[in-house]
Amino acid sequence: MATLTLTVNGTLSTHTVEPRTLLVHFLREHLNLTGTHIGCDTSQCGACVVHLNGVSVKACTVLAVQCDGATITTIEGLAQNGELHPLQASFRAEHALQCGFCTPGMIMAAADLLQQHPHPSDEAIRHGLQGNLCRCTGYEHIVRAVRSAAATLNPQAKPESL
Amino acid sequence: MIPRPFAYHAPTSVAEALRLLGAYGDEAKLLAGGHSLLPAMKLRLAAPSVLIDLNQIAALRGVTLHGSVAIGSMTTWAAIGQHAGLRQALPVLSATVQLIGDLQVRNRGTLGGALAHADPAADAPALTLALAATLHVHGLQGTRTIAAADFFTDMLTTALAPDEILTAIKFPPLGAGEGAAYLKLPHPASRYAVVGVAAYLKLDGPQVRVCRIAVTGAGTKAERQPQAEQALCGGPGDAESIAAASTLAGEGMDILGDLYASELYRRAMVKVYTKRALTAALAEARG
Repeated sequence: MATLTLTVNGTLSTHTVEPRTLLVHFLREHLNLTGTHIGCDTSQCGACVVHLNGVSVKACTVLAVQCDGATITTIEGLAQNGELHPLQASFRAEHALQCGFCTPGMIMAAADLLQQHPHPSDEAIRHGLQGNLCRCTGYEHIVRAVRSAAATLNPQAKPESL
Repeated sequence: MIPRPFAYHAPTSVAEALRLLGAYGDEAKLLAGGHSLLPAMKLRLAAPSVLIDLNQIAALRGVTLHGSVAIGSMTTWAAIGQHAGLRQALPVLSATVQLIGDLQVRNRGTLGGALAHADPAADAPALTLALAATLHVHGLQGTRTIAAADFFTDMLTTALAPDEILTAIKFPPLGAGEGAAYLKLPHPASRYAVVGVAAYLKLDGPQVRVCRIAVTGAGTKAERQPQAEQALCGGPGDAESIAAASTLAGEGMDILGDLYASELYRRAMVKVYTKRALTAALAEARG
């Protein structure tokens, strides 16, 4: 067993885990943060995307022990003071989800994308979300939602390409 | 899917990692970005009893530009892609990053991990072959360098000894009259190269002085294409000679077929992508 101390959604805690515990299982089963989904479990679908020290990762392909000392943000940690994050609000407003299974990962990936490209072109949005699969929407509304959130987060920014 | 149990070590220096590697021998595997090894462990295709995680070794990360381009083996694709100086010194590398995996894979995956794993459809091996990179290795017996041309020995097999760690990769920077490009036909689901071709050209006036072409995705390992290279060397490096040389790419190479792409289709795509990569490399060489 290994000891793990980390900050998840602003809360510092210490846990004992088997080294083989995957981050996604740790979040869902040890911390009961079930907003992070397990889709393909092979690092292709992106349903399990969370932020590890500020960048997006697929939690099915990171060991929990690798996160000792780290800061993690999951979909549950995105809303602040009861207010939806602009991406969460825009996904709702733009109908960017149907079944919702891919949505937490999609939003966490988009949040990382908008950190790197505050006002991305549609091409950059599609490129940035390459690691997230949605089987319902056909992606059009998702791209629209990310574009809309970018405008809310950075109203002054000019569209950029890759 | 959950891996078999293993003991986990996260050394903070290369010396400590080598000591662990010496102590555990064949039972141990080195963990880099983990995007090949962890999926293999989850599928139980790999079941090391000891995992030595290199992610805490700061000395293995970073890019330095002093004459040559030196990249620490644990530098992530994201860090390589975001490095402004690298975009000037070796634009082909920055461009290739955008073709690798997806945003999350690039945030974890490393250059050194990709090379040491030597997946037959990975992008990095072809690029290191075409750019004549040098791989720097630390072992319990000391350090050595391995030319990329000698590194990839078979499918998922390299010249690295079991007690060695790949620490850095050095690329000669591209100067005036030199150009390089990497282009691939990605598998639509996995984004691995169905066929990927890296091309490097050095011009002497209008003539091609040096030409290196490397193909990935088509065979059991990334391979240089000597017949096509020789056809182009010493010639004028125009569209006609590129088209002629491209027809020789893949000749003498064992090309694999699978459910997605037959041997014949891959063989044809090797020629198509060789032509495109050479054309792009030539355009860069001519400035």
